[in-house]
Amino acid sequence: MAKITQQDVEYVARLAHLAVDDAAKERLAGEMGDILGYMDKLNELNTDDIEPMMHAQEMTNVYRDDEVKPSLTREEALRNAPQTDGEYFLVPRILEG
Amino acid sequence: MSREWYKLTAHALREAVRNGETTAVEATQSYLDRIKAVDGKVQAYIDVWETHALQQAEKVDARLKRGEDAGPLAGVPIGVKDVFCTKQGTTTCCSKILKGYRSPFDATVVEKLEAAGGIFLGKLNMDEFAMGSSTENSAVQITHNPWNLECVPGGSSGGSAAAIAANECAIALGSDTGGSIRQPAACCGCVGLKPTYGRVSRYGLVAFASSLDQVGPFTKDMRDMALTLNVLCGQDPRDSTSSTIPVPDFTRALRDDVSNITIGLPREYYTDALGGDVRVRVEAAIEVLRGLGAKVVEVSLPHTDYAIAVYYIICTAEASANLARFDGVRYGYRSLNANDVREMYVNSKTEMFGPEVQRRIMLGTYVLSSGYYDAYYLKAQKVRTLIRQDFQRAFEQCDVILTPTSPTPAFKLGEKTADPLEMYLSDIYTISVNLASIPGMSMPCGLTDSGLPVGLQVLGKPFDEETVLRVGYTYEQHRDFEMGAPEIG
Repeated sequence: MAKITQQDVEYVARLAHLAVDDAAKERLAGEMGDILGYMDKLNELNTDDIEPMMHAQEMTNVYRDDEVKPSLTREEALRNAPQTDGEYFLVPRILEG
Repeated sequence: MSREWYKLTAHALREAVRNGETTAVEATQSYLDRIKAVDGKVQAYIDVWETHALQQAEKVDARLKRGEDAGPLAGVPIGVKDVFCTKQGTTTCCSKILKGYRSPFDATVVEKLEAAGGIFLGKLNMDEFAMGSSTENSAVQITHNPWNLECVPGGSSGGSAAAIAANECAIALGSDTGGSIRQPAACCGCVGLKPTYGRVSRYGLVAFASSLDQVGPFTKDMRDMALTLNVLCGQDPRDSTSSTIPVPDFTRALRDDVSNITIGLPREYYTDALGGDVRVRVEAAIEVLRGLGAKVVEVSLPHTDYAIAVYYIICTAEASANLARFDGVRYGYRSLNANDVREMYVNSKTEMFGPEVQRRIMLGTYVLSSGYYDAYYLKAQKVRTLIRQDFQRAFEQCDVILTPTSPTPAFKLGEKTADPLEMYLSDIYTISVNLASIPGMSMPCGLTDSGLPVGLQVLGKPFDEETVLRVGYTYEQHRDFEMGAPEIG
């Protein structure tokens, strides 16, 4: 039975780039515990010799010719960005200096 | 003298446009007027493109006037779920994080429908990022079921289904990851089909769970479904998961004949837990087909009980990966409340993703995290293999499988929002179909005593949408009830 602690919630939130306040931690620990507990029913099945279904369809590698085709202009690519300098996406400073 | 063109099926309307009884502009105006009259109550549309639609219609009329072939759907008004990228208007997946996003390109299916002469009326409401079964997770508005405004339209393509049921478009585009076309089609009494994985290009469909997502239409009847699939299906170089298997002319599958068809009924679906009007109506539909010469056999899908657990592991895992792109860098919302890049990521997501989306990202991150990957994600992929094998074995004994689409008719607004697991369990009959990558369709099979539609689900072998259409078409010709149309208000 999956038991999800508030510390687990905090750890997963950090991986997921989400912030959880104390109320959310408590709520999510309960909800995730319930849902993951339900998922534990899969352990009733012995799947040692079963291949995982990695692909939704039987397809091998799909190749295409390496040709240049029309693509977005820089202006179009930047149009929805929250912050740009007209040439690049801008983000808060990453490196000190 | 203007007629109520919005009441016609797409195939009747396109004939009327072709033979000059009406024009694309008049037909489009009829739908726009209909939207103005009823959408205040239904709230299927989040954005109506009145000017753009009339301009598109004028172009179609001009082509017809010049004697050109304006396409198989010339003059047919269409609504688009907000999960598809469109150059016109915004593409938001009904999430605050994409508010105002203007796609620089059209989804392949949008391009195809436009090239076929379709007229786009606007964008339709949905659960945020297609996560939900009632459309109540939309960050924009609540959509009401046209058959009973106090009920949900189903989800996640609830806007698409409600728009068809209320005659607010002739065809609607939807997407289906675990039942998001079929369940709302059942709730709203229209036809909705999820094609085989790979049948339709997903280029420009905002990704939720990439091994499960598929594009499909909502229509008023089976002929409209066949005509629309003819336009949508086919390989697309821009989607490497789209299949090269040839696409037939689906209208040729519309044959009133089930004499050599074997129908499978999974014993795990018809348990004592399935009761009420849903069971009565579905069994009556099966009897209609049996009476027309179909053979009915019992089949077994032994891993049915595990499908929901498998589905919610795989779909949350894939969603957590797909939704990582909404980081406030290239598009979408960026929180200004951030001192560094990490805070920008965290605050952008936390401030704008709704509770269900955050819950699924958390679950998906957990099942993929170090130490749990094998126990959850790998285990789920193995059981997915077993579920697909169940269907392969069942289809050795039958041509189609018939089930209810949903265990209950549309539930009341607010009834299931408090308990996420309860909401997940309402997808019991639809999710295995995505896990097995097979085609599935919901079509109306009657009304409950309280006047809510019941959906019959028809499942087929991979890439055998034709038999699904044939069985559905035959049933539609002989069904033992009058569906009628909802009185809105």
